[in-house]
Amino acid sequence: MSALVEAKGLTKHFRIGRGQIVHAVDDMSLDIHEREIVGLVGESGSGKSTFGKALLGLHDKTAGKVRFDGETLPGRYRPADFQRYASRMQMIFQDPYSSLNPRMTVGEIIGEGLRLHSDLSGAEIRERVHDWLRRVGLEPDHASRYPHEFSGGQRQRVGIARALIMQPQFVVCDEPISALDVSVQAQIVRLLGELKSSMGLTMLFIAHDLSMVRYVSDRMAVMYLGSLIEVGVSDDVFFRPKHPYTELLIGSNPQPDPRIERGRETVAIEGEIPSPVNVGAGCRFAGRCPKVMSVCRTDTPPLFKVRDETGERRVACHLYADGGDTAPSGVQGNGGSNGGGV
Amino acid sequence: MSERTVRDGGAPLPGNPRGDASPDRRDGGDSDIAPQRHDEPALLAVDDLHVEFDTYGGVVKAVRGVSFSVRPGKTLAIVGESGCGKSVTVQSIMGLIPMPPGRITSGTAMLDGIDVIHQKVVEGEDIRGSRIGMIFQDPMSSMNPTMTVGDQIAETLEVHRGYTRSQAYARAVELLGMTHIPEPAERAKQYPFVFSGGMLQRAIIAMAIACEPDILIADEPTTALDVTIQAQILDLLDELQATTGMAIILITHNLGVVARLADDVAVMYAGQIVEKGSSEELFHQCAHPYTLGLRAAMPGNDPHREQGLQAIEGTPPDMFDPPRGCSYFARCPHAMRLCEDRLPERFEVSPHHYASCWLQHPASPVEVPGLYRGEGEAA
Repeated sequence: MSALVEAKGLTKHFRIGRGQIVHAVDDMSLDIHEREIVGLVGESGSGKSTFGKALLGLHDKTAGKVRFDGETLPGRYRPADFQRYASRMQMIFQDPYSSLNPRMTVGEIIGEGLRLHSDLSGAEIRERVHDWLRRVGLEPDHASRYPHEFSGGQRQRVGIARALIMQPQFVVCDEPISALDVSVQAQIVRLLGELKSSMGLTMLFIAHDLSMVRYVSDRMAVMYLGSLIEVGVSDDVFFRPKHPYTELLIGSNPQPDPRIERGRETVAIEGEIPSPVNVGAGCRFAGRCPKVMSVCRTDTPPLFKVRDETGERRVACHLYADGGDTAPSGVQGNGGSNGGGV
Repeated sequence: MSERTVRDGGAPLPGNPRGDASPDRRDGGDSDIAPQRHDEPALLAVDDLHVEFDTYGGVVKAVRGVSFSVRPGKTLAIVGESGCGKSVTVQSIMGLIPMPPGRITSGTAMLDGIDVIHQKVVEGEDIRGSRIGMIFQDPMSSMNPTMTVGDQIAETLEVHRGYTRSQAYARAVELLGMTHIPEPAERAKQYPFVFSGGMLQRAIIAMAIACEPDILIADEPTTALDVTIQAQILDLLDELQATTGMAIILITHNLGVVARLADDVAVMYAGQIVEKGSSEELFHQCAHPYTLGLRAAMPGNDPHREQGLQAIEGTPPDMFDPPRGCSYFARCPHAMRLCEDRLPERFEVSPHHYASCWLQHPASPVEVPGLYRGEGEAA
């Protein structure tokens, strides 16, 4: 399996005046293989969305490279670059209310990409729009309606049709279900899954719902304060987290079962995610980490390769400097305590 | 009402030896796990609440005959999707429904012999904010941005308890400490915008418990927060309940949060409670297809994800013209002809566990044996 999207040292800083710099994404390297769904999790402010947008050129890159299908993408997109890549890389946005132009009909919204990037005639575009409305579970005669006439779940379907009508190879889904009700979330996730397998899509699925990300994705990547801190096969990361932050993050995720919830000890992380302004050296989680060592405060840990049951795992933590062979046995999953021992 | 139900015939929790022994309380130190505890008198009893709103499109029947009770010192979770009427229900209790366009057409909420819906002021004391505290979903918009956090909490105590300014302020700092805000004296002097979302939610909890209410209503208290901060806030609510003995009404759509905090659960759909019972019963022996559907729509923690995520197809009914029969009829995978025409009456599935569904109703002409059998095995 080859990597379709390769981020190497991708960095995005924002200047906020007075010489202050927000380190939104710092030196992030992540490969996304063809026909794979990588789930990206982390707290708000950890840089998940910025990373996703930087991959697609919606943010200029401060440093680092993104390779897509063998080509290196430009650090700063020009209109011609958008023209060139828009049909191959698409994004599905979080908020189905603000991501659709309220003054365009649903048909215009879905067909706009084809109008700009293809030579199809109006009639052909209309036909494809109708076809896609059906594929996402809407009716062709919805094309003449406006976004406000639809519910949140239906709008998200429009957003999906808008992105996928371009037949992209790679899609970034930025929290596509966070704004939706539980029963509708499942509908959208299933729809994405069906389209993924029928179209052979590669996806970056950004979300903060850990259970859902584990369900959806093949591999899971965890970000903290702009850095990638752990990546591996979803079930491995979810049931046997290695980085102390991942462990605490997954332990904080309440399970829909009172027997588990009432029986377990609380694992709430002390404190809150610090500000990403002017970050210094050392591990970024050091200030909150229950297993902090002196080296953590001075040296930024690289991604160490750790042996794993079902696939490769990389963990940015000094505890795993030697491949995890001597990692303390205390590092084991909270989330998986209910039968993760598969 | 008859005890007979179809499911009672089957093994309650096949293959799960922990089934009966599993205590449904979070603190093992408390020995109060007798099953009779449901019979203690209710602290707050809501009966047959109906709320409507006038809109341009017509009258929205947001709440249609909701009844529930809250036990002292326990947590009742009201679960449901957006628009099911869960927030409107608690807002009616708090007197927060704007009238017009809102209208409470019938119903009572009895707290210690006082109907809080129709009689908000008793002997000069406003029940709202004093006997019942409330916290909201969005911490940022729940505070006055032009007052310091300390002053806002103190104001509550001046209004409801007649404290002097300095007494009230000192107590406000104490309350901030109780909610584990570091350096409470310093933080009390700050304005809300300085606080992070999690810290602000703590401050709002401090304000809501300032008057030592009997009941704390928490309307989606963690929805706007990250999962790690959510865990902290849930721990805090748990701890405060243990120390103050207050009851909590928790409004949420997150079943994980329900499992974490709730003693009792009421599931709402289209303005009605379709099922209620203990948390244990509702998660492991639910009787209403909607409750089952909600659970199946959330990815659990079981390692075999092939079992899949079951979406509930369709959307909730139009509340301008709610269906004549069961409101879940159009989406229910087990719907019968009867369900379309006749509103299901509430029946007792097992002691203190009620459902409004014809499937297992004793008076229902159709039996579907073993429909939910094996449900408990998924865990």
